[in-house]
Amino acid sequence: MRIAPLREICQARSGDKGNIANIGLIVYDKRHYEHVKRIVTSERVKEFFGDAVKGRVERYELPRLGALNFVLHEALDGGATRSLTLDPFGKVVSSILLAMEIEMPAGD
Amino acid sequence: MVTRKQSLRIGGGSACPGERIEPAIELIEKGEIDYIAFDSLSEPELSAFVKHKMSHPDEGYDTYTERRLRAILPLCAEHGVKVLGNMGGANPLAAHALALDTARRIGLQGTKVATVVGDDVLGLVKELNPEVEGSNKRALDFGDALIAAHAYIPADSMIAALAEGADLVIAGRVGDASLFLAPMMHEFGWADDDWDRMAMGIVVGHLMECAGQLSGGYYADPPYKVVPDLHKIGFPIAEVTDDADVLITKVDGSGGLVSRGTCAEQMLYEVHDPANYIGADVVTDLSDVDFKDVGPNRVAVTGTVKGKPKPDMLKVNLSVTEGVIAEGSLFYAGPGALERAKLAAEIIRKRLELVVDFKGQGLRFDLLGVNALYGPPESDATPVPWEVGLRVTARAAERDEAWKVMHELETIDNNGPAAIGRALRKEDVREVVAYFPTFVPRERVPTDFRIEDA
Repeated sequence: MRIAPLREICQARSGDKGNIANIGLIVYDKRHYEHVKRIVTSERVKEFFGDAVKGRVERYELPRLGALNFVLHEALDGGATRSLTLDPFGKVVSSILLAMEIEMPAGD
Repeated sequence: MVTRKQSLRIGGGSACPGERIEPAIELIEKGEIDYIAFDSLSEPELSAFVKHKMSHPDEGYDTYTERRLRAILPLCAEHGVKVLGNMGGANPLAAHALALDTARRIGLQGTKVATVVGDDVLGLVKELNPEVEGSNKRALDFGDALIAAHAYIPADSMIAALAEGADLVIAGRVGDASLFLAPMMHEFGWADDDWDRMAMGIVVGHLMECAGQLSGGYYADPPYKVVPDLHKIGFPIAEVTDDADVLITKVDGSGGLVSRGTCAEQMLYEVHDPANYIGADVVTDLSDVDFKDVGPNRVAVTGTVKGKPKPDMLKVNLSVTEGVIAEGSLFYAGPGALERAKLAAEIIRKRLELVVDFKGQGLRFDLLGVNALYGPPESDATPVPWEVGLRVTARAAERDEAWKVMHELETIDNNGPAAIGRALRKEDVREVVAYFPTFVPRERVPTDFRIEDA
C-alpha cells in the first residue's frame, strides 16, 4: 500500500461565504470515489486543518459527480471583510487539503 | 402567438468589478451570443461599494462600468447582444444615469437602459430588527454602525425589464446566477413555478457567474491540471435550450479550457449543501449533476437537476462599520533571516503590549514564506528560508489606535534587528465594513425597474 498526497488522485477548488470556507474535492477517476469517501472523512479534515478551522466540518456527498463537498465553519478569521489573514477568501485551503497524505487505492 | 427562441447562447462577461474587458469583446464579436451577463458583486465587493459610497454619495457602483460600456455597447448594438449586470452595486440609479450618459456620448441614442431597484432594505431591516445569522445579535444591536442592508432579490424585475425591450439591464444585489436565469425565463417563457427548469437556469448561472473560473481560470496546477494559453483566456458561453439542455463552451481559438474538470470544480464553488442551493428564485438540488466532455472545450451538463419552491425569506447582506485594520510588512534576508524576523515580531509585540498600550481587537504576525498560509504539514521539516517577510496585521476600533501598529513598523528599522529591507506607510490603515447575513420576508421586498431611452 502506497501513501501519497491526495493531489495525485483528486482536484479541488475552494471559496468563501461569510466566515465559512468550502472545498469541493473531486476524484479524477470515478473508480476512486468510494475509496476517497471512506478515507477523507469530515473528522479527518477537521483534524488536518487543526487550529485554522475553529468550527465544525460538514461533508456532503455527490457520488454521480465523484465529489465530496467540505464545509469548514469559522475558518476565515471572521470572513473576507474583516480577516487579518492572507487567505481571506478561503481560496488557498483547497491546495492545502490536497497535501493530505492518504493510502492510495489498490492498483495505484 | 408569441414566437419564442428554442435555444440561447449566453456569455459570462466578468467575475468582479474591474474585470478584463477584451474577453467580453471576444464573446460579443465571435461568440454568436444573444446575451452577456456581467457579475460585479460578492460579499466583500458589495461592502467595498458601500464603503466608497460613504465618502462619495454619488458613486458606490462599479466605476469600471463606463469604460466597459464604451467598449461593448457599440458591438452589442452591431451583433444584437443584450446586456445584464449587477454593476449597480450599492447605487444602481447612479449607474443607470452613467449608462444613459455613456450611451449618448458614444452616439447610441435610443439604447434602452433599465435599472432594477428594491434591493436596498435598510429601512425594512430597521423596522423588523431580524436576528443576525451566526451571532447572538439583532440588526439594531449594531446601532449606527449598521450603514446598509441589501436583499438578494429575485430575477422578476429583470425579466419584466427585458419584456419591455431593455438593451441593458442594471441591477444591484440580485443573485449572481439570477442574471443568467432572467434571459432564459424571458426568452423561453418558462412558468415562474417551473422549478426544475428554473433550477437548471440557476445551475447555468452559478457555473457562469465567475466567468473565467469556468473556462480555465483559477484552475491551472501543473503537472496535474494544465491549461493552454491562459494569457488569452476566453470567457465561457452557455448554450441552453428551451427544454433546459445545457452545453458549456467558449470561443474557438481563445485560450483557457472548458472541461468536465473545470465545470465540476466551479459547480461546487461557494456551495454548502448541494441538495439545497438556496437562491431568491428557486432552491436548486445540484447533488445529482454530472458533466460530460462532448468535444474539445465542449461540456454537456448531464445527470439530474431538481428545483424546489423559492424560499419565503430573502437573504440580506448587512454592512456594518467595524473599526479599522492596520497592515504592514518587513523583510529580512540572508543567514539568520528567519531568526531576525521572529525577533522583530517579538519586539513589536512587546512594544504594543508593554510600552504603547495598544488596545486592539486582534493582532497577528505571519512569517511570509514560512507560515503565513497554514504552514507546511508537521511531517515536513521547516526549511531554512533565504528571505522572510514579517507581516503584521491588527484590528482596532479607532484609526489612532491602529496607527500605533504602523508606527512600530516604521520605527523598527533603526531600533530592531539588523539588515531590514522594506517600509510601509500610514495609508495601510483601512476602514472595515463588515458583512453579516440576515433574512427578511420576501413579501416585504417589492422590486421594480426604471427604463429610459438614451
